[in-house]
Amino acid sequence: MTDLSATRAIEGEAQFGDYFALLKPRVMTLVVFTALVGMLVAPVAVHPFVGFCAILFIAVGGGASGALNMWWDADIDAVMRRTSGRPIPSGRVTGGEALAIGLALSGFSVVMLGLATNWAAAALLAFTIFFYAVIYSMWLKRSTPQNIVIGGAAGAFPPMIGWLAATGSLSLEPVLMFALVFLWTPPHFWALALFMRSDYDDAGVPMLTVTHGRPATRRHILAYSIVLAVFAVWLAVTAAGGPVYAVTAVALNAWLLRGAVQIVRRDESAAEADRYLVEKKFFKFSLLYLFLHFGALLADAGLRGAGVL
Amino acid sequence: MALQTLHDMHIRRRSRNIGLGLVLVGFIGIVFGLTVVKVQQLGATQAFDHVLRPELLPGEVAPE
Repeated sequence: MTDLSATRAIEGEAQFGDYFALLKPRVMTLVVFTALVGMLVAPVAVHPFVGFCAILFIAVGGGASGALNMWWDADIDAVMRRTSGRPIPSGRVTGGEALAIGLALSGFSVVMLGLATNWAAAALLAFTIFFYAVIYSMWLKRSTPQNIVIGGAAGAFPPMIGWLAATGSLSLEPVLMFALVFLWTPPHFWALALFMRSDYDDAGVPMLTVTHGRPATRRHILAYSIVLAVFAVWLAVTAAGGPVYAVTAVALNAWLLRGAVQIVRRDESAAEADRYLVEKKFFKFSLLYLFLHFGALLADAGLRGAGVL
Repeated sequence: MALQTLHDMHIRRRSRNIGLGLVLVGFIGIVFGLTVVKVQQLGATQAFDHVLRPELLPGEVAPE
C-alpha cells in the first residue's frame, strides 16, 4: 500500500526535470551558441573559466525569462496543443513556483554575470529579461500581430551580451549580430506559420497569418529577407567578419532570397497542391542559415587566433 | 530504532533534492573557481607582513 501511494505521488509531484523544463532548454541552446560566438569573436580575450561562467549566467538569465514567460502565459499554454504538456498547464508545477524561480534566477544571473565580467553586460542581461518577460510576454504578444518581430529582439540580445562581457563596450559588430538574429526570426517563424495549422487563434494570440492573411505573410517574409540579407552581408566587411563569413553570407543570402521570392510567388492553392513543400524547405533552411552564419564568424575568429588571417 | 524514518515525502522529492544538491555544489565550485581566477588576474601583490617594508611607503624608495 505504501509503495502504491508513493508511486501515485511521484506521478503528480514535480521532479527536477519539470523545474528545468521551465527554463526552456531548447531556446537556451540558441542563446548559448550565439552568446558564445559574440564573446569569442570580440577582440578582447576572456579567461576560459570566466568565459564559461559568463555563458552559463547568460543561459540561466535566458532560462529565467522563459520561466517568467511560462508563469504569465499559463492560460494560453493550457489552450494550445503544442504547449499543454508544459509543467504549469499539466499541473506539475504551480504558477507561484514558476514566478519564484523566474525572479530568483533573474536576480542571481544578473548579479553573478556582473561579478564575473562587468556591469554593462549584467545590465543588458537584466534588460533582456525585462524585455522578454514584460514588454513581449505581458504587453505586446497578445496585442499586436508583429509579436514575432518583438519576441525576436529578445532572442537577439545574447551575442551582444557575450561581446559586452568580453570587451565592456559596444561597437558596430555586436549590433549587426543582433540585427542578424532579430531580422532572421520573423521569416523563420512566419514560414512555419504558413504550413503549421496552429491554435494561436483559439488562445487569442494575434498571428500575422490570421490577422493580415497568408498573402500578406508571404510578402512580409520577402521584405524581412531582403533587409536581413543586407545586414548579414554587411557584417562580412566589419572586423568580426572574414573570408569564411563573406563566402558563407553571400551564398546563404542568395539562397534565402531565392526561397523568399518562391514563397511570395505562390498562392495557397499552389502551396496546398505540393503540401507546402517550398515553405517547409525555407523553414528548414532558415535553421541552418543562422547556425552557419554564426559558425562562419567563429571559424574566422579561429583563423585570426591561429594567425592565418 | 532508526534515527530518521524514511518519510513518503523523501521518496517523492528524491530527484529534486539530488538535483538541487548538485546545483548547489556546482555553484560553490563556480564561485571558488571565479575567486581563484580573479585573484590570479590581480598580478603580484604585496603588503606589510610583520616587518615594515619601506618600498611600500608613499614617496619612499627601496634601499639599494
